[in-house]
Amino acid sequence: MTGGRQGSPWRTPMIVFALLLAAQFVLPDYHHTNMTRIMIFAVFAIGYNVAFGYAGLLSLGHAMFFAAGLYGAGMSAQFLGFSMPLAFLFGGLCGLVLALVAGLVALRTSGVSFLIVTLMFSQAAYLTILYFNDITRGDEGFVLAQEIRQLRFGEMVLPLTDPSLRYNLALGLFMVCYLLGVALLRSPIGRVLVALRENEPRVQMLGYNTFGYKLLALTISGALSGISGAAYALLFAYVGATFASTQYSIYPLLWVLLGGAGTALGPLIGTGLMFYLVEFASEITSSYLIVVGVVLVLLVIVFPKGVIGTLSERWRGTRT
Amino acid sequence: MSFGAQLFLAFLEGTVSAFVLAVTALGLSLVFGVMRVVNVAHGEFFMLGAVIAWSVAFMVGDMPLVAFLLALIIGPLVVGGIAVAVDWLILKRIDYNPEGTIVATIGLLYIIQQAVLILYGPEARVVEPPFYFRIQFPWFGYSGYKLIVAGISLMLLLGTWYGLSRTRLGLYMRATQYDQETAQAFGIPVRRVYAAVFALGGGLAAIAGVLVVPIQQAHYLMGHDPLLMSFIVVIIGGLGSLRGTLLAAFVIGISDGVISVFFTPTLAKILATLLVSLVLVVRPAGLFGEKAP
Amino acid sequence: MSLLRTQGLSRNFGGVQAVREVDFELRAGEIRAVIGPNGAGKTTLVSMISGRIRPSAGRIRFKDADITGLRNWQRARRGIVYTFQITSIFQNLSCHDNVVLALQRGQMTGLAGRLHLDAGRLRGQAEAALERVGLAARLDEPAANLPYGHQRLLELAMSLALAPELLIMDEPTQGLSESEVLAFCDLTRAIARETTVLLIEHNMSVVMELAERITVMNDGAILAEGAPAEIAANAEVQRAYLGT
Repeated sequence: MTGGRQGSPWRTPMIVFALLLAAQFVLPDYHHTNMTRIMIFAVFAIGYNVAFGYAGLLSLGHAMFFAAGLYGAGMSAQFLGFSMPLAFLFGGLCGLVLALVAGLVALRTSGVSFLIVTLMFSQAAYLTILYFNDITRGDEGFVLAQEIRQLRFGEMVLPLTDPSLRYNLALGLFMVCYLLGVALLRSPIGRVLVALRENEPRVQMLGYNTFGYKLLALTISGALSGISGAAYALLFAYVGATFASTQYSIYPLLWVLLGGAGTALGPLIGTGLMFYLVEFASEITSSYLIVVGVVLVLLVIVFPKGVIGTLSERWRGTRT
Repeated sequence: MSFGAQLFLAFLEGTVSAFVLAVTALGLSLVFGVMRVVNVAHGEFFMLGAVIAWSVAFMVGDMPLVAFLLALIIGPLVVGGIAVAVDWLILKRIDYNPEGTIVATIGLLYIIQQAVLILYGPEARVVEPPFYFRIQFPWFGYSGYKLIVAGISLMLLLGTWYGLSRTRLGLYMRATQYDQETAQAFGIPVRRVYAAVFALGGGLAAIAGVLVVPIQQAHYLMGHDPLLMSFIVVIIGGLGSLRGTLLAAFVIGISDGVISVFFTPTLAKILATLLVSLVLVVRPAGLFGEKAP
Repeated sequence: MSLLRTQGLSRNFGGVQAVREVDFELRAGEIRAVIGPNGAGKTTLVSMISGRIRPSAGRIRFKDADITGLRNWQRARRGIVYTFQITSIFQNLSCHDNVVLALQRGQMTGLAGRLHLDAGRLRGQAEAALERVGLAARLDEPAANLPYGHQRLLELAMSLALAPELLIMDEPTQGLSESEVLAFCDLTRAIARETTVLLIEHNMSVVMELAERITVMNDGAILAEGAPAEIAANAEVQRAYLGT
C-alpha cells in the first residue's frame, strides 16, 4: 500500500458496479439468481476480508456471525413480526454484538490459538442452534412465510419474491459494503490495521491500543457477516443450521484467498469464481467439496496472492 | 442402576475416551511443538485409520482378531506414508509457513474426506471387535475390549515418552523444538526430523482410529469430533506443552464422558467450549503454555 | 526539573535478578547514557521504563504521575518513545506509510479524525519528518529496500514524529558505519534541544561525545553516576567494565 494514489481509485469499482447493474437485463434466470446469491455472499467475504485481509486475523469461526444475522433476521421476522427493514437491521446487530463478545475473549489469544478458539466458538454456536431445536427448527431449518416478505412504503407493496427487486437490493447492499470496505482501508484506522498485521509490537510502541483495534476490526467484520446473513434470510427465505457449520467458516476464507486477501475486488471475484467452480464440479461428482480442497492447496502453493493479487502484480510489475 | 453405579460407569467411559483422546491429541501436539504448524487434517488421519481397519477386516474375512492386529500395523504405516508425502509435496514447498500450512491442511482435510466418500461411501460401517468378553462388576458388565483400548493407549503414551526421552530421534525432536536454528547448526537433519514427526503425529491419530472403530463405526465424517476435541485439549493444555496436553486430555476426556452419560454429548461439547473460554480469560496461553503474557 | 524517576525498581526472571532496587532519575532536557557490561540490566531497566515488561517491584514516575500500571502504548501516548535494539519498522510499507503511522496518531482525535485525514497534508508532514533524518528522497520507496543504516534512521524519524518528551534509544549506533555514527551524533544533539534523550550505548566514543551525564550499571544495580570525566576516572567503573 504505497502512499499517494495516481488517477481515480474509484474508476474500477464504478466499472464493476455498472457491469453488475447492466448484467441483470441480459442474464438468464438461473444465472440471475446465482448472481444475487453471489453478491450477498460477497458481502460476507468483504466482512471476512476486514478481519483477515486487513488486520491479519485468521478466524475459522465466521459462520457464527453469518448465522447470527441469518437467525436474527429470520426469527424476528417470522416469530416476532418485525418488518423486513427492521429484521434486517436486527440481524446485522446480532452479528455485531456476537463478534464484540466473542472478540473480547478470543482476541486474548493470537495466531494458532485464535484460530482454534474461533473454530470452537463457532462449533458451540452451531451446537446451540441444534440444542434449542424447538425454537430454531434445528438442522432442517425453516422457510420464511411468503406474506411477510414484502417491503411496504405507504400504499405501495413490493414483494421480495420478485427476482428483479432481490437482485437490485443485493446489488445495492454489495455496493454500500464495498465502498465501506474501501473507505475503511484508506482511513487512518485502516492504516493501523494493516500495520498491525505486519508488526504488532511496533504498532503498540507507536502508542496504539492494538487490542482495541483488533476488536474493532473483528466487530466490523462480524457486523458485515451478520448483514450478509440477514440479507440471505430475508431474500432467500430459508434459515437453517447448515449455515452455522464449519463449512461456512471455511468458505469466506476460501473466497478471500482466491480473490486476493486485502484487495478490494478480491471478495467478489473469489466468491463468484468459487460459486461457479463448485457448480461445475457438482455436475461431475456429488463430492464437489473435493474441488474446494484442491483449490485451497493450489492457492497456497501456486497462487498465494489469489487471482486479483497475482493479476495486479503482473499488471504493475511491482510488489503490492 | 443406582447413581453411584451410574457415576462409576460414566467414569469408566470417560477414562477410555480420555486415553484415546490423549493419543490423538498427542499427535497434534507433537507436530505443533516440533514443527510449529497446525495440521487441520489431523482428524482425517484418525478417520483414515478407522476406514483402513474396516478395509483390512473386509479383506481378511471372518477373523476379527487377525484383522485388528494387521490394522494396528497397516493403518499407521499407510497414514504415516501419506503424511510424509504431504510434508514433502506441500509443507516443504511453503517452508512450513504457519498460515499457509493451516490453509493447505484445510484443503487436505476436504481432499481426504471427499476421497474417502467417493471410494468408501457415505454409510457408517461396523467393524467387529477382535474379541468379546465382559468384565463383570457388581452393578453392570463392562466391555473388556474398551479396557484393552485404554491399556494399549497407555502403552502408546508410555512408548512415546520413552521414545522422546531415550532415543536419538527423540533427542533430535526435542532439540529441534527447543531451538531450530541451533539444532541445524549441530548437524541435526531438521527436514528429515520434520517428516518423521509429521508421520508420527499422523500415525498416532491413525492408531487411535483403529482402536476406536469397533466401539463406534467407520464413517467418512468421523474425523470432525476428534479434531475439535484435540484442539480443545491442546489449547487448554497450552500449545507446545506435552505435559499440558496429557493433563488436559484426561480432564476433558473424563468430564466429557461423564457429562455425555448424564446429559447429552451436545451439551458436553458446549460446556467444553465454555471451559476453554474461562481458561483463556485467566491464562491466555493455556495451563502450561509457552508464551507468558 | 525531574522528568522521570524510578523507586526501588526491580525485575527478576525466574531465579535471576536482572535489575535490583534501582533508583534512577532523569532531568528534563538532558542527554543521559546508560552503560555497563553485558547482562548488567540496562535493556531490562529501559524496557520497564518504556512499558515493554512489567517490573517485579518498585514504582515509576513520569512528569509527576505514577505510570507503573500503564501499558506500553499508553506510555507512548504520554511521550515516552522507545526505539528497538534491533530495528523494527514495517518492511512491506513505503517510508511514507511508515512515518505517517507515527504522524497520524496525534491527529486521530474524535470520530472524524479516525475516519479521514487529509492525505496531502500528511504527505507534506511525512516529507518534513524524513527530511530531518536525511531520507526525504526515499519517500515512496518500500522500507525493505533501504540499507540497514537507513532503516535505523527511518525508525528514528518515526520516533521523532511522535513528538516524544523522552526518547529512549537502545544501542542506536550498532551496525552503523563510521560516517553514519558521526551523522547520528549530530542528529542526536539536534534532537536533544527539544527532547530528553536516554541512550544505551556500548560505543564509548559516542557516549563521551554525546552524554551530559552517564549512569553505569553492573549486575542489576547502578554502580556510578556523573559527568563523563568523573566516570572515566572512576576506578570502580574501570574495574567492573573493562570496555574501551
